[in-house]
Parts: sequence; structure tokens; C-alpha cells
Amino acid sequence: MAVETMPIATASAAIPRPRRESQFGLMWRRFRRHKLAVVSLWVAGLFYLVALLAEFLAPVEPSAYSARFTYAPPQGLHFLHHNEDGNWQFGPYVYGYKTEIDPVALRRTFVIDEAVRLPVSFLVESKPYRLMGFIPMSVKLMGVENPRDPFYILGADRLGRDMLSRLIHGTRISLSIGVAGVTLSLFFGIVIGGFAGYYGGWFDSAVMRVIEFIRSMPTIPLWLGLAAALPRDWSALQTYFAITIILSLIGWTELARVVRGRFLSLRTEDFVTAAQLDGASDWRIITRHMVPSFMSHIIAAATLAIPGMILAETALSFLGLGLQAPIVSWGTLLQDAQNIRTLATAPWLLAPGLCVVVVILAMNFFGDGLRDAADPHGR
Amino acid sequence: MSKLLSVEHLSKHFLLSGGWFGPERRLDALTDINLSVEAGETLAIVGESGCGKTTLGRCIIAAQSTSEGRVVYHPTSGGDVELTALSKREIKPWRQDIRMIFQDPMSSLNPNMRVFDIVAEPLRIHRICKGRELEERVISTLEKVGIPAEAVGRYPHAFSGGQRQRIGIARALVLDPRLVIADEAVSALDVSIQAQVLNLLEDLKDEFGLTYIFISHDLGVVNYIADRVVVMYLGHVVENAPTEMLFEQPRHPYTELLLEALPIADPLRRKGRKKEVRGEIPYLGNRPAGCPFHTRCKYAEDVCRKDKPALRPINGTAQEAACHFAEKLELKGAYEDAPIGHGVEASLDASRRPHVHQSGGDGSTAEFARNLPE
Repeated sequence: MAVETMPIATASAAIPRPRRESQFGLMWRRFRRHKLAVVSLWVAGLFYLVALLAEFLAPVEPSAYSARFTYAPPQGLHFLHHNEDGNWQFGPYVYGYKTEIDPVALRRTFVIDEAVRLPVSFLVESKPYRLMGFIPMSVKLMGVENPRDPFYILGADRLGRDMLSRLIHGTRISLSIGVAGVTLSLFFGIVIGGFAGYYGGWFDSAVMRVIEFIRSMPTIPLWLGLAAALPRDWSALQTYFAITIILSLIGWTELARVVRGRFLSLRTEDFVTAAQLDGASDWRIITRHMVPSFMSHIIAAATLAIPGMILAETALSFLGLGLQAPIVSWGTLLQDAQNIRTLATAPWLLAPGLCVVVVILAMNFFGDGLRDAADPHGR
Repeated sequence: MSKLLSVEHLSKHFLLSGGWFGPERRLDALTDINLSVEAGETLAIVGESGCGKTTLGRCIIAAQSTSEGRVVYHPTSGGDVELTALSKREIKPWRQDIRMIFQDPMSSLNPNMRVFDIVAEPLRIHRICKGRELEERVISTLEKVGIPAEAVGRYPHAFSGGQRQRIGIARALVLDPRLVIADEAVSALDVSIQAQVLNLLEDLKDEFGLTYIFISHDLGVVNYIADRVVVMYLGHVVENAPTEMLFEQPRHPYTELLLEALPIADPLRRKGRKKEVRGEIPYLGNRPAGCPFHTRCKYAEDVCRKDKPALRPINGTAQEAACHFAEKLELKGAYEDAPIGHGVEASLDASRRPHVHQSGGDGSTAEFARNLPE
């Protein structure tokens, strides 16, 4: 903000100067009073941490499958147990499985076998992998001591893949697509909305009509159409970016409106006129006088836009038109939970849905708190 | 005295779009304005709200385009600069010479910038100085307007209205201008603070050798500060006279009307006076034909409804008025109903002139000490 500020030495250096709060300092102070928002910040932060450290936290690869344990129920993670002497003993473990034949459906089902305890240890050796794609590591957060034993804390899916690992990797994709989509929207929104708001006139009218047109289209069919137009032979990465772009194609409109509104209201402020009369260039007026005064609002608006992005990605992928099978996202995970049979027999496949709800709520509360804190009239 | 600025046949109209389908409407904010500003004088522009005084100020400083006519600035280096014909880039050097003070001290300072940066901004934009020199110049200017050096790192919200207006004045003066346009510079302030700021402006005028164009609706303030007064009505200059002559003997019925409405602090003298200005200013979009003022003028005759009077010197004096009957009418001045025996001027002074002697440190320092944020 005050990049050119220089330290000011004055004759009265003896007077102790009060600590000056920057605008963001004041905002943070107000934000902290909003307890729910602070908790939400922690929750959202935790999810993003999980997304960041996915490879380390996930016990196995998301694609690792085992035909021997299809639809295995969650083992849970236990810490206390009776040992042979009848005393309580502390130590993480999971129960093993035993197979039963369902006499009605004549299917093999797994049930938890409480007689078998499989000890779990933390920071176990694993196959070498790269954390975030570039830090070489060979330690995972946890694992069963014998790698051949089943380890499905949150259960397994149709192919015997570990739900927990898939959920963790899905978190990375789903959350990053939210942030990437909002970043892209923010870019378009600030540039287009800024031009419209600052210069006004016919460009403003044109942009506003285009935005109204885009927003009047039903989003799901539009997304479906665009997503269906993606070539099938694109790589996972290409699809990922294409979906991001499709999502932000609509997302920018909301942000552009916010930015335009702020520009419009600031343009007539006396301090902007004063800067014009100082002879400042448009660029200087925008970057030095106008943008800093609504940056906090933009950040809040962007935060509130992230949940929408995540939901949109989940919805698209759930319908089979967003990200495709080898990519693991919450949406693609929920695809497995589409039919009633799996819901009845393997309800743990709905875990990604729970994650969606928690993250969306957390981001919304956080965004609300941020918006209130950024509002100078809401002290 | 030499001419510093002249406004020649200046007109400004706005086109109001009638939406997509309605017809465009034309709104004449200024019609054929002629005036000149002498170096070193304080020229006041007065009138009711909507008369075009702010638009005139904004046209002079080229914050707004003009429709017709020109504004010519006469710099010390000689030559004429036609401000209205310059592009944004060409006008930039002259922005150092002509500066503006805004009405609302709450909105004229960027709330996200520290006072130091606000005042330093013009110097940086014009690349006049930097580093140590910039620092010294900013701090000395701020001290001249009564803002202590230790306050320069604060944000505007830490200051009171009067202090903020001082910061606005410092921003205008830091470039060492010649002409300062003060658009209702004290209207938003409390009366006691108004007095301080007016005195400050007076002091700074002497110190910096300034010329003021003082736009105001408050005749009391104008009487206090101005050398010459331009009265505007509906985008026209209706009277242009030295302050004393105008207050003594107005030559335009509108001026008389305004002077009648001047509040008087003495209840005995107030008796029997009309308290408010009769009638309302007509909508600019459908101005009356003939004299713009005839709809409210109690002396109006047929000729007023047909012919528009031109601004002309009255009886060969420095007083100019735009009224068909300017020479014939005996209009009441501001001092007319003062009790006899008193020094007319003195009694008006007692009620109007704020006697606050200040030189930058008028108790505002004490206020600072109390205002330190925790």
C-alpha cells in the first residue's frame, strides 16, 4: 500500500509513538471477535493443509486396489484395549476382518473381527514418493505394521481401494480447483469490472449486459455443454485446467460486478478527484488510490466465491461430466455413491459428501466474518 | 496588480440522457461567464446551491470539460496558457500552479494513506523532489498549517474535521501554487473551526503570495475573507463587485435578497426582517426566458421577461451588475438596518468576524495530545 513511504525522522523522536495499525491489522482485530469465523478459518486451514500434504497423510496410493477387500467396512482407529492380563493398554490398532456369507443376497461380506488386532504405527517406512511432486520422502504418517494386513480406517470401495487415501487426494483436487477457479475469476473480474467501473460509458453498459446474459443462462446445462465439448483424449491435467476455466467463465461475473461497483463509488470520491488534479495517471490512481481501499472487500468476496466453485466442480464430476475417473476428486468419489444399493451396503462412500458440507460451511462462515471485518461501517 | 486568470465566455452544459428511448435533455449549468482574477486577490463566488459555482470552479481547474469559451492562465513567466485547450498531459505542469481545496474533509483524504503520503503525493507525481528533501518539504508544509511533525504517520481517521481540512490545505500548498480554488472549504466545519481555518488561509495567503478563488454560499464568510465577490444565479454572473461596495449597496435584486437572508446575531436588529430567501431556484433544465431572475424578482417588469440583461459596470464604478434597472433601483445593503450611532462596519464585524488569533498552534496541539490512539 505505502510502498514509497520512507521512515520519517523527526525532531520529537523522544515522544514514544503509538503503534500504528495498518488497515489489515484493524481488519484482523475485528475478525477475531467473530468466533465462528475464527473456528471456520481453522477448519478450512486444516483442510488445505491436508490437501497440501496429501501424499504424506494418505496411507496408500489412491489407485492401490485389493480385490480381496471390496466394500470392506471402516475399521476405525482404536487406542485402548484389554491385554491378556486384563489391564488397559495404550497403543493404536485396528481390528481385522472376517468374511461372512450373506444368506439372503448370497454375497460375501466383511465384518469387523474384534479378535484380531492389527497394531498401527506412525511414521512408517513406505515406498519412496515425492511430497507435492518435488520433495522426495519415504515416510507416511501411519500404517499397519505388516503391510500385507488390511488397513481401511474409513472403509474400502468397490475395488477395495482405501477410502481415506482417496478422500485425502480428492481434497487436494477439489480444494485446489476452487482456489484456481477463483483466482482466474478474480483476474477477469478485476480487469473487466475495473475497466467498466473506471471508464464507464458504453463499455460499462456492454459489459453489464454481457454479464446479465451469462448469468441468465442456467448454469448446469451450460457447464454440461462446455464440459461435454472437451475432447475425451485429453490428459488428466488438461481436463483439470479446462474444468477450471469453464467454472471461472461464470464465476468472474459476480466478482466483476463487485469490482465495478466499488470503482463506481470510488470514482466520484473527492480523494480520487484530488489525485486527478494532482496530475496522477489513471494507472497510478487505480493502483495507489482506488484498489487499496477495496482490496479487503475483494478478498472477502473471493473467499465467498470459493465454496461455489467447489460445489460446482463436485456437481459436474458427480454427473460424470467434470473430472474423469482416474482423477480423484470429491465429485468423482461421490459418483460411486450414486446408487441405492451401495448406499445401503456401504454408507461410508458418502464420506466425501460430509467433507463437502464441512468445507463449504467453513468457507462461508470464514468469508462472512472476513466481509464483516472488512466493512468499515460495521465496527 | 496583474491578471492571473481570465474566464472568457465560458459555458458548460450537460446532456442528460433520457434513457434508451427518451429524448436527450440539455442542462445549462453555466452560461457565458466572464471574469478575471487579479494576482493576490481573494475572489469569492457566491450563490444558492445549484447556481453553478462548483461547476465553474471545476471548469477553471479543468476537472471538467467546458462546452464553450476558454479559461486562460497567465503565468509569471509571461504568455497565456489556454487551460481549456490543453490535453491531460499538457496541462500537468500547470496543475502545480492551480490547486484545489475540497469541501468535505472526510472524503477528500484517502483513508488508506498516511498523512505524510497524502501530502507527498503531488510532489511524487510531479517528481519535484525525493528522499530527505521531500520529507523536509512535506513536514514543513504540514507544520505551517498546524499539523505537528509527529502526526505525519497517522491515517486521516485519527484527525478531527478541522485538522483534516488543514491536511487538505497542506496538500494544495505543498506544490507552491499561485492560485488556490477553495470550494466551500469551510462549509463542512463547525463555526469556531471555520474561523481558525479562515485565519489560516489568510495567513498562508500572505506567506505564499497566493490568490484565492473562494467558492461559498456563506456571505458572512465571504464578507470576512473576500476582496471581490461574484454573485451567481442559474449559471449566470449577476453581480461582480468589490466586497465593500457589494455589501454596502448591492446593484442586483438577487444580491439584495441574499443579503436580506444574512443571519444577524443581534436579536434587536433582527426584528422585522425576513428570515429566508423567497422562492426557489428554478430547475436548470427549463430556465426562464429573459432575465434569469425575473421569476423571483419583486421589481420585475415586462422588459425583464423578454430581454436578458448584460453584465455591465454601474455608474462607471468597479461594480458590475446584470440588471436592467441596476442604476435606478435603491437596494438595501447588509448594513442598512443597523442601529444608527454605531460604527456600521464595526457592529457587523462584531457579529460576523470571528476573533480568533491563531498561527498554526491554536489549541490543536493540545487536541493532538488527547487524540493519541491507544
